[in-house]
Formats: sequence, structure tokens, C-alpha cells
Amino acid sequence: MELLVATAIGALTAAGIYMILRLRTFPVIIGMSLASYAVNVFLFASGRLAINAPPVLTDGIDTYVDPLPQALALTAIVISFGMTAVAVMLAVGSYLSADDDLINDPDVTDGARADNLSQTDGGAS
Amino acid sequence: MSLFLIIALPFLGALLPGLMIHTGRQTCFIITFLVTACAAIGLATHAPAVLAGEVVTAQLNWLPALGLNVNLFLDPLGLMFAGLILGIGLLIITYARFYLSRGDNMGEFYSYLLLFQGAMVGIVLSDNILMLIIFWELTSLSSFLLIGFWKHLPEGRQGARMALTVTGMGGLALIGGMLLLGQIAGSYDLTVILENRDLIQSSPLYVPALILILIGCFTKSAQFPFHFWLPHAMAAPTPVSAYLHSATMVKAGLFLMARLWPVLSGTDIWVILVCSAGLITMVLGALIAIFKDDLKALLAFSTVSHLGLITFLLGTGTSFGAMAAVFHILNHASFKAALFMSAGIVDHALHTRDMKRLGGLRRVMPVTFMIATIAALSMAGIPLLNGFLSKEMMLEEAFHTTLFGSPYLVAAVATVGALFSAAYSFRFISHTFLGPVRTDYPEKPHDPEFGLWLPPFLLVIPVVVIGVAPFLAEPFVKIVTQAVIGSAAEVPDAHFKLWHGLVPALWMSVIAVIGGLILLAAFAPLAKGWAAAPRPEAKAIFDRIIAAAVGFADVFADRLHNNSFTRYAAIFVTTVVAVGAHAWFTGVNGAPTREMLPITPIALAGWLMLILATGFLVTVHRNRLAVLILMGIIGLMVSVGFNYFSAPDLALTQISVEVVTIVLLLLALNFMPNVTPRESTNLARTRDIILSLAGGAAATGLIYSMLMSDFPAPSISEYHLANSYKGGGGDNVVNVILVDFRGFDTFGEIIVLGIAALVIYALTEALLSGPVRARLLNRGYEEARAGDAHPLMMVVLTRVLMPVVLMVGVYIFMRGHNAPGGGFIAGLVVAIAVLMQYMASGFTWADRRQRYPYHGIIGAGVLCAGLTGIGSWFANAPFLTSAFGYFRIPPMEKFELATAMGFDLGVFLAVVGAVMLSLESFSRLGRRAGIETSDFAMDIDPSRPEMGDDQGTYPATEPATGKES
Repeated sequence: MELLVATAIGALTAAGIYMILRLRTFPVIIGMSLASYAVNVFLFASGRLAINAPPVLTDGIDTYVDPLPQALALTAIVISFGMTAVAVMLAVGSYLSADDDLINDPDVTDGARADNLSQTDGGAS
Repeated sequence: MSLFLIIALPFLGALLPGLMIHTGRQTCFIITFLVTACAAIGLATHAPAVLAGEVVTAQLNWLPALGLNVNLFLDPLGLMFAGLILGIGLLIITYARFYLSRGDNMGEFYSYLLLFQGAMVGIVLSDNILMLIIFWELTSLSSFLLIGFWKHLPEGRQGARMALTVTGMGGLALIGGMLLLGQIAGSYDLTVILENRDLIQSSPLYVPALILILIGCFTKSAQFPFHFWLPHAMAAPTPVSAYLHSATMVKAGLFLMARLWPVLSGTDIWVILVCSAGLITMVLGALIAIFKDDLKALLAFSTVSHLGLITFLLGTGTSFGAMAAVFHILNHASFKAALFMSAGIVDHALHTRDMKRLGGLRRVMPVTFMIATIAALSMAGIPLLNGFLSKEMMLEEAFHTTLFGSPYLVAAVATVGALFSAAYSFRFISHTFLGPVRTDYPEKPHDPEFGLWLPPFLLVIPVVVIGVAPFLAEPFVKIVTQAVIGSAAEVPDAHFKLWHGLVPALWMSVIAVIGGLILLAAFAPLAKGWAAAPRPEAKAIFDRIIAAAVGFADVFADRLHNNSFTRYAAIFVTTVVAVGAHAWFTGVNGAPTREMLPITPIALAGWLMLILATGFLVTVHRNRLAVLILMGIIGLMVSVGFNYFSAPDLALTQISVEVVTIVLLLLALNFMPNVTPRESTNLARTRDIILSLAGGAAATGLIYSMLMSDFPAPSISEYHLANSYKGGGGDNVVNVILVDFRGFDTFGEIIVLGIAALVIYALTEALLSGPVRARLLNRGYEEARAGDAHPLMMVVLTRVLMPVVLMVGVYIFMRGHNAPGGGFIAGLVVAIAVLMQYMASGFTWADRRQRYPYHGIIGAGVLCAGLTGIGSWFANAPFLTSAFGYFRIPPMEKFELATAMGFDLGVFLAVVGAVMLSLESFSRLGRRAGIETSDFAMDIDPSRPEMGDDQGTYPATEPATGKES
């Protein structure tokens, strides 16, 4: 089971990093969200895994899932919503006022194909 | 008066003149003067006790764990310096009142001056060396502001930058030195350090600490090779030059050397470093001063020279040297400040300080002539003035000092320095005031008003009095000397008197004065030779060094910092992975200590869905709508996973946040292109794939090894589990941690969440009040519109669901303390219920029925949580202590009430408000011109054209390219 959780975290991290390295704001925000999933699960899992453990104190039982990482992850989930919302607002604001959603300075051709830089809007799918 | 107050007064007072400038210059002056006078009186009340041998202290523990305590102490050395700072400060404040012209912002000037004064008093009263460093840096900063006070002058700006660079660099070195010193002594308190002479001098860290501290002192006190900044700082207004750059700030370096004299001095390396730096500075500064035509430049280099003299005296490491140094600090402060003020008077009256255009002023400015001549003769070392006495002591000390094995070297160099010093002093008098009255002064010369000549006049009184009756100063100087040398040596038994007999020092003095006169007589040919001689220009060298440093930094900065944020992110990921890999491959990773849990088919299915969704997301990420759907799947799987691993609180939170996030992203997509173009090069994409795979592998490896091993140390969770019910009255430990154990963290978090929502609101407002507004209002539609924007089925369903969802919210909230749930989750659930109404019936309809602004709800939440916390103060308990009890109101069952519920209510309200404010802000962007904002709960648009008929309303640019899918 640990292997599954570890690989899931790894997959989410890898996808998050890949999306953060894209050149437009929207994929970068998606990447940040994916990375947040990974981090939240990571935090939670650092309390070690348990299946079918009681979630609340119950008489006669003394194995519980570690509550501390849970409390940390719970607030982290809510805060990451706040962070995503602010990032999305910035992205929308910059797109509406500058008419492009490039992440980088438009003069920088780092990693981007030169012929595509003037294009700000993609085509239909 | 408490020592704290003496330091705090100038700092607090610094606010006043800046704020009060509109009430007039006179008020500003009076306020500044009174603030300083209060501090001075406060200091004076301690003087009798201190002079009687008592050490006044004030202590406040601030960060004892770091050794950082606000400890102050006032001993005779501190008293002398603080007295100089505040006393001369009063004179300077008066002088500046009349010196500054109408165009200068006097309030700003006085604010900076008081800031400087407070920092300076802080240095001399600090008992803690870390605090001393903070004040030390503050003097550099306020001196920067004062040197550059005339912002329109390029010399002022450059001089200020140079001073800040040099003294700031020295400050950094000083921090290093002081930390080393504290490490050796095991304490950061000066009083402790000063008692550990043997321990410090025998430590292997003594030499590095000494060198670093000396760099700090030498830069501050303009010692060779850092002397060059002081003359450039003379671009400041003259009151600043007189105050900072002759009497006080440049003496901070000397103060520190004197303060640490008992523990640092006496070793060979101290004598070699400090003596030679002092001697070189003394001679070099004096030599350059002779040939400066600018009055202030001459005085600046003479200050450098005299600072060198004092440094040399401290460097000899003998108690007689220390006594001479203390005496000369006093004397120099009085005559040099008077000289600067005199130069300022000449500048003020004639609008020039160039000695080539001056001369003969003794007849037209007799008062200034008197004051300046007395001060300058004292500087030259003429008997019956105080400068003579301390210079005699210096020559006496030099005669007995042996450096580099030669007994005559120091005496000869000191005599040469004294000779040059006499020469420039004589030149200052002769070329400014003597000679025939000229007819070509730039302005008509006149003696200044009372307020300008009174301060220097008051300063030359001690020059003459001490000069004639040196025994008056003797007791005080000896008390201060005792404070400097501490227990390291005895105060010498020498008496201050005019006539010691035909001692060598007298002959050296005679040589210096006669030589000075000869140099003055031969000045014209000498100056020609000086002008022709090649010599290094310190400013050019400094500028070249700075340019080289900037160029060096650019090599890195331009490569790394090219405005490509993608590159920064890539560098960041690479670095983190590389550091992690290094730790992984070089560290020891113990064998697994836990059994792996068996993999169940259902878990495997969930895992498969998550992995597949993630994989698809990356493959089709250019289709942004598809991305959102896949995000939904991932979020759902994460939430199911939480539930599977016995964390229902997290599962509930995750799933409700998921809903809100997806709605948010959908709203955003409404304004942004829904396709990402393909524009990365293949090379860049390969790089990204490698990087992300490396990052993923690192995360997998890290968490896997963590999961397979037990906690290396007992977890504090045991405490929480054990005390959750007993202390917090709740069975749900996660919730009790949130609202009780770590309530203060949660309080901070809801505030952060509220701030985030307000930021979004503010950004929306900014967008809607700018040019974007028109663009938004005139947008066309890219897709055919639905005929029923607010469909019947959805409206009815959401209305029916609303009370049910609210009920669920209340239920989740109420049970939160003892079962999965709580304020966070309840808040999200209720927010979703409200959100559904917005989605079903549109913004306008829902907004009209929204009676309480969301800002208010956020505020109420934070307030509610805060008040609950404060409530515990009334029960004499710390902030956020919770209490609980069990109640029974028939016919209900027994239930529990805890004060933590009030806190949780605050969390609930803040979450509802924050989520709704963010989403509402987005939807406000969506309103457009020309569209009916219907107030009906549900509507059907009968005017809707048939599908495909309204091609004309599509934007012309669409679709741009079809190559993506």
C-alpha cells in the first residue's frame, strides 16, 4: 500500500513540475494545484498509513492515525484554495490588461519557439 | 531618568519635527531642541553617581535564548560620549536653525538628526554587543540620509553612497567580529566580555575577531586605507559635517576601540595594526589637508589626521596612551566642531569656501576671525589652548613607543604629523582671515547673526579654559581613563600641566610649530609641486572597485535572472533535487522497520484512476476544459484516498475545496483562451520531462523511505491523543488540535484566508476601474449561447437543496468537536450551498438577495474567533484557553458546550466569507454591456437564433490555428 501512495505522490509531483514549467499562466496554475495535492498527501502520509483505524477517540482502542499531520494538512488544503484563487485572479487580470497570458517577459525567447511568441490565443480544439 | 528613556527620547522625538514642519521652522527647532535637552538633563541626573564610581544599569530580557537582551549601562566612558553627543547636539541644532535656508525642509533634517542622535546614544550606552551592532548600523543609515540631505547635488548623493558602502561593509565585518568575540567569551554582554581578557587573548579566534572588529572601527573612524569616504561626506550641510564627521559618528570607531581596549589591546598584533594604521592616517591626512583649497576639505582631512592620532594613542596599548586618547577626544570635539561651524559661517556669508578667493576677512568678520583663530591655533598645538596639552601627551607617548624594533621611528613620524598639522592650521588662518581685504568677494562679507556664532563661541570657551587651567579637566579625564582601561592597568600618575620642563616632547613640539611656519611661508612653490606630482585618486579607485564588483555580479545575475520565470522554476527544481540526491546517496538510510500494508484491489483501482488521470492531464493539457475535468477526478481520488486511510476530516475538506476550486477555475476560463498553444521547443520539453521525472522520483523515494520506517523520535501526537478529551473536551482529535491545541495557528490561518479574499476583491476593483472595464463590457461571444441561461430544472433543484445543505452544514459544524467535521468543513459546505444559487439564477438575482456583505462576514468571523480567545483572559487564563461543560435541556439529549465552539464559529464564518468573496469577485467581472441582467429566478430566451445561424457574432480571429487538439 505504501508503494501505491508513494508512487501517487511522485506522479502528482512530476505532473505538477511539468505543468509549472509551461509558458502560459493557466497550465502553471494547474501545476501549482497538482503540486499542492502532492504536498498535502505527503504531509498527511508523514503520519504513516493506517486502514480502518477509528477517526475519533473510542474506548478500548489505542491505535489511531496520527492526528497532527491531519490537522496540518486540513488547514493546508484550505489555504491552498486561497492561494490558487489569488494566483488565478492575477492571471486573469494580467491576461485582460495585457492581452497575453505568457509567464515570461515576451522579449525572452528562453525555451520557446520564436515564431509562436506573437500569438496570444490558441485555436479551437 | 531611566537609561531606556534617554535612548528612546531622540527616536520618539524624531517623529515630531517631520510631522510638525507645517507649524513653522521655529516650532520644529524648539521641539527638536527640547527633546535633546530632556535627554541631556536625564543624562545629567546620572552624572554625579557615575562620577562617584557607580555604574548605572537598566535591563530587559528580550530574546534570552539568542543572548539578545536589552541591557544598558552607563559608566564614565559612556557618560563622556553621551554628553558630547547630546551637548554638541544642542549646539548643532541651534546652529542648523540659522544655517539652513528657506528652501531646505527643516523638519526632515531635524528628524534625521534626532534619529542619528538616538542611534549614537544607543551605541555608547549598550551593554549587549548585538544591540550595539544594531545601533551601529543605524548610525550608518542615518548618516547616509544626512550626507545626501541635499538631494539635488550629485556630490551629495555620491558621497552618501560611498559613506554607506564603506561603513556598511565595515559594519558587516564588525558583526562577524562581535559574534566571534561573543563565542569566545560565552556571553554577548560587554560587562562579561570585559572581564575575560586572558580567555579572549589566548583563544585561537582572537586574531580573526580582532581583525574584523578593527575593520569595523577603521571604516567608521576613517582610518587608512578606508579614510577616503570622509572628505566626500563633506558634501553634507555644514551642521552635519560638524556633528557627525568631526565630533560624534567618526568617533564611534574610537569609542569601540576604547570600550574593548581592556580585552583586545596589549598584544603585539594589536600594537602593530592599530599603531601603524593610526600613524599612517595621521601623516597622510595632514599632508593632504595642507594642499586642499576648500575650507571643509581641509578640515575633513585634518579630522582624518586627528582620528589617526587618537587611534595611534589607543594602539600603543599603554595606560598613558589611553589617557591621552581620552583627553584628545574631548579636545578635538570642541575645537574641530567650532572650526567646522566657522567654515560654515564663511560659506554662508560669502557663498564660497575656496581659500583662493578668500583672505583679509579679519577686518570684515572680526567675531568669526576670533573664534576660528582660537580653534585653529588649538588644532596646531599652541600653548594656552587645549590642543597643546593633548598633543604634548601624544608626542610624549610617541617618544616612548617602539615599533618594528626602532625606538626613533614613531617619534619621528609623530613629529612630522604634528608639523603638517601645524602647517594646515596656520594656512587655514592665514589664507582665510589674514592678508589685505579683497574687493572681489562673491558676496559682501559680514559677521553672522547671533544664532550662528553663539554655538562655536560656546565651544571655544572650554578650549581656552582647559588650555589655561588643565587641572580642571584632570579628574574627569582620569575617571574616564579608569573606565577605559578597567582592571587591566593602573591610571598613570601624570599631572596635567602646562610646563613639564625641557622634555623631548617640548622640543618635538617646537620643531613642529617652526616647521609648520616654514611650510606656510613656502606654500606657493610647494603647492605647485603638489599639483604636478602624480598620486592615486581614492575616489577613482573606489569607483573602479565598485564597477568591477558590479560587473562580476552581472556575470551571474544576467545568466540566472533573465526575466524568464520558467527558467527560475527550472533552476529551483534542479537545485532542490540535486541537494536531495546528494543527501540521499551520501547519507545513511536505515533498513525498513515497518511491514508494508497489503494492497487491496479497491485501493489498486483508485490508484490506477489517479495515475491515469494525471497522465492524461499532462498529455492533453492544451485543452483547458479537459484539464479541469481531469483535475476533478484527481481531487476526488485524493479525497477518497484520505477517507480510505482513516482520515474522514481530510476527505470532507478535500472534496468540498475541490468543488469550489473547479468552479473558480471554470469562471477564470470564461475570460481566458481555452486552449494552450504549442510553443515550447523540443529541447525545452525534453528538459522539462527529465526535470519533472527527477522531481517525481525524488518525492516517491523520500516518502517511501519515510513510510517504511518508524518515527525516529516519539511523536508529540501522543500528547494530543492523551489530552484531547481530558483537556479539550473533544473526541475528534484533529478538530481539537485545530481549535484548541493549535488554536493560535488556526487564528492566523483564517486571517490569511480573509486577506487572500480581500486581495482578490481589491484586484477586481482595480481591474474594473481601469481600461479593462470597457474591454470586458464590449466582449463578443465566441460560442453560441444557451437559450436558457438559468435552466428551470437546476433552479428548482438548488432551491430545494439549499435548506438541506444548510442543515448538513450546521450538523457538520455542531458535531465537529466529537466526530469528523468542524468549522472549516461546515464553512465550505455552506459556501457551496450559496454558490449553487449564484450558478442557477445568475449573479444579479443572487446578489440582490445577499443581505450581508462578505467582507463583513470575514470580519465577523475573525472577530468572533478573537473575542473567544480574549474571553479566556477574564478567567485569568492565557489567550485561547478553552473550557467546556455538559448540559441537558429537556427534552433534548445531554450535549456538550465548549468555548472552542465560539472559536470554531469564527473559523466557519471566515471560511464562508472568504470563499464567497473570491468567487463573487470573479463573477462580477463577467457582467457585460447589452445583456439583460435578468432579475427573474429562471428565464428562457425566445429570441435565440437556431444553432449555426449566428456565425456573424463569432469574433473574426477565431479560430487562429487548428493544429492543436
